[in-house]
Amino acid sequence: MSRNIKAIIKKIVSIIFCGLVYLFLFLPIAVIVVNSFNATTTKPYQTWKGFTFDWYGKLFENETLLNSFGTTMAIALISTLLSTAIGTIAAVGMYKYKFKGKNIIDGLLYIPVVIPEIVLGISLLTLFSNTHIPRGMLTLVLAHTTFSIPYVIFNVRARLSGYDNSIEEASMDLGANRIVTFKNITLPVLAPGIGGGALLAFTLSIDDVIVSYFTNGQVKTFPLKVMESIKSGVAPDVNALSALILIGTILLVILTQSDLFKKKQ
Amino acid sequence: MSEERKVIVEIKGVNKIYGKNHVVKDLDLDIYEGEFLTLLGSSGCGKTTTLRMVAGFEEPTSGTIKVENEDIHNKEPYERDVNTVFQSYALFPHMTVYDNVAYGLKMKKVKKAEIKERVTEMLDMVQLGGFEKRYPLQLSGGQKQRVAIARALINKPKVLLLDEPLGALDLKLRKQMQLELKRLQKKLNITFIYVTHDQEEALTMSDRICIMNDGVLQQVGTPSQIYESPRTRFVATFIGETNLFDGIVRAKQNGKLHINVESGDFCVPDEDFKNNEMLAVSVRPERMLYSAEPVEGFNLTGTVKDQIYVGSVLKTVVELPNGNEVKIERLAGQELPKGGMVYLHWNDGDAKLIHTFDDVFAGAVEDVVMQ
Amino acid sequence: MAKMTKHRLRSNTLPAVTMVGPVTLWLAFFVAIPLLYVLVMSFCSLDSGYNVVFEFTLANYKRLFDPNYVQIYMTSILVAFLTTVICILIGYPFSFLIARTTSKYKALLYMLVIIPFWTNSLIRIYGWRSFLGANGPLNNFLTSAHLADHPIQFLFNRGATVLGMVYCLFPFMVLPLYTSIEKLDKNLLEASADLGARKTSTFLRVIIPLTMSGIFSGSIMVFIPSLGYFFVADILGGGNSDVIGNLIERQFQSGNNWPLGAALSIILILITLLLVKFYQKLGGDMDSLGV
Repeated sequence: MSRNIKAIIKKIVSIIFCGLVYLFLFLPIAVIVVNSFNATTTKPYQTWKGFTFDWYGKLFENETLLNSFGTTMAIALISTLLSTAIGTIAAVGMYKYKFKGKNIIDGLLYIPVVIPEIVLGISLLTLFSNTHIPRGMLTLVLAHTTFSIPYVIFNVRARLSGYDNSIEEASMDLGANRIVTFKNITLPVLAPGIGGGALLAFTLSIDDVIVSYFTNGQVKTFPLKVMESIKSGVAPDVNALSALILIGTILLVILTQSDLFKKKQ
Repeated sequence: MSEERKVIVEIKGVNKIYGKNHVVKDLDLDIYEGEFLTLLGSSGCGKTTTLRMVAGFEEPTSGTIKVENEDIHNKEPYERDVNTVFQSYALFPHMTVYDNVAYGLKMKKVKKAEIKERVTEMLDMVQLGGFEKRYPLQLSGGQKQRVAIARALINKPKVLLLDEPLGALDLKLRKQMQLELKRLQKKLNITFIYVTHDQEEALTMSDRICIMNDGVLQQVGTPSQIYESPRTRFVATFIGETNLFDGIVRAKQNGKLHINVESGDFCVPDEDFKNNEMLAVSVRPERMLYSAEPVEGFNLTGTVKDQIYVGSVLKTVVELPNGNEVKIERLAGQELPKGGMVYLHWNDGDAKLIHTFDDVFAGAVEDVVMQ
Repeated sequence: MAKMTKHRLRSNTLPAVTMVGPVTLWLAFFVAIPLLYVLVMSFCSLDSGYNVVFEFTLANYKRLFDPNYVQIYMTSILVAFLTTVICILIGYPFSFLIARTTSKYKALLYMLVIIPFWTNSLIRIYGWRSFLGANGPLNNFLTSAHLADHPIQFLFNRGATVLGMVYCLFPFMVLPLYTSIEKLDKNLLEASADLGARKTSTFLRVIIPLTMSGIFSGSIMVFIPSLGYFFVADILGGGNSDVIGNLIERQFQSGNNWPLGAALSIILILITLLLVKFYQKLGGDMDSLGV
């Protein structure tokens, strides 16, 4: 009997503990969502002035905000494409071929992952300023691609660990040359790893603050726009856009994940 | 074997070296059109490497490989008229059975209607009609194997290469697939080059067997040639069980050799050996004769160490005075008392003489032996 | 033989170069060379117009020992340490519970840890600021419930910075812990209990050592970034608990002293290298023990 009660107490304590952790994780998001419905129009937009849907409409009139969102999306898309292409090909190449200096490439790959982002940011800033590359969209894309490549490679590599090389040989044996084989066999089989890597690259890019902060020039991405507005208080329309982005990302992940799931079947 | 068979694959002076490993050594081998040739040997003997060189996945370090008299050295795997069945099946996991089998035809840009017809026909032939829409993950090992075979055969290759295709199947299925492969090969009349380490499989299926050891070709011949007349110690011991005795040529007389083995001398009609040459004598367990009383002529004495009754066969182990053991297999019959004296002998034709110098000088002398 | 070499090139070197070439060039240009630039810059001087001139000096490194800076390193390391410890203390039992739950919502419970991170991190940190602020919901609740006479100052101190860091980095602790705990063989725990170990000693002698690799990698992934997350200290700490990242940021933005910022970054790089080497050493040992 006492053993039973003990077990129940243990279970209750566990649930309360986990509940508190989830509360901790979701509390600021709740604040964002609540604030996106706040009718206040005075800075710093902290006091509750009643409920309104207005901000979700006004959001689409705020051109600078929409522009920053567009910039963020453009950078995320381009850098995701670039890093996914380079990373996938590199992961396959590094898996298939043995060559000198592989360790060096591996070591370089770990750097953007382990060093504090600020170091990557200022090192790129130093590079761009010394090579007189004007900071803007281009440098942002280059920077985002740089920190995304390792994640793509690690994802594809994880998928490669169970990869049977002989299916490529089989394809060539059946008359497909290397490029056709890569397109017909290698890519589709690695698709889940590539998709996972691309998704990670995309989310890293749209959320990036620190690296963008040093490489943006005059271009404002959405996170940088938020950063700028923090001093005067984040406006409810920014909260509204954040909430929309969160919902968008969740949908994107659900869609792609279910797609991956189907492929596995 | 008929005399005028056309050579379809000609391997000449082929060597393969990876770094310090000499994997295939001076391989010369002609493979005839329509035959079922097995490359047999233990792992690492160079058989798979040889196969992969024919397929184009590896290239010879030196030497030439010709298919239908054309040097294929500069042809990529996808340009060669040979197809491979892989040990791991290597089915494309993201394609259905239909798409897997149709792959080669699609690459050749065959018309859709024809592809459909040929795939259906091929799948029927390997008894997989109705499995078109399944994915490889949904198939059993045997079914995957059939798909792999169908996928290769549908291209009507000049030569089909099979790399231990039945290795992953359980014994019963393997036996069944052996017969089925043989049937397909006969029916389609395609040359099969088959790699295996399973001697029984090789003996069952092959027209000819090519035994390799340590990169060196040991012997090529029909299953019965290989079994009855092993050319090297390796072949004698690798194929089936045998009793090997070290011997020496005492004298040559009237086309007969006097050979000393263990404690006695015996005569064999043969001329291929020199006086005082060391050799090995191979006598298969089922050819070894014994009796409780000494027989006229050559005899070896020993004591019965063990006798095991295994169904149809009685296996006897006899220990010779020098400690060597002799294995004997007889159809069940006369049993011998354990520990009793026994006299061993054999008929002239059952003792196979094997040059032994090639064991010592391996590759170098191998050429001489092969000619 | 010449013909062979050509064939060899065609079959292997070309694909290898085309596949690995782009990433090599990219990493060289955008990782290796920039870091070299930083290293070089850390030895450069400033002219009177705050322009960087390539004149060798150790002055930047000497300035690193400025007591004000040393104070900030100490704060930063303390913040990183507290963040790591709190992440372990909360993250370990939490990971343990969700990794070993028999609930059918296990995958969802796991995803719920990651989902918050699909919202902009700045705005989530700002969410904390709103929540904890003088006019925020927490203080409103406390004053209206008469638990406090006047709003309590939760913000702009070291505690708030640590809270923000824990918040930002918590999943980086949970993910490796979750993986290592999920890998635990249940039979081992039962064997330990079967051999008479009490629950605490099973935990200390079996579970902890077996999940040590997760604790180590989680710690690395929490400790190092927390040295650089300047915006957390900015938004929640209000300048009262700067981390090394703030120092660097200031040199490259308002302070306009890039060589000094570069020297500070080299410190951060060295700390990172040291910790990673240490981690590899520990990890290597753990591997050889078969963990």
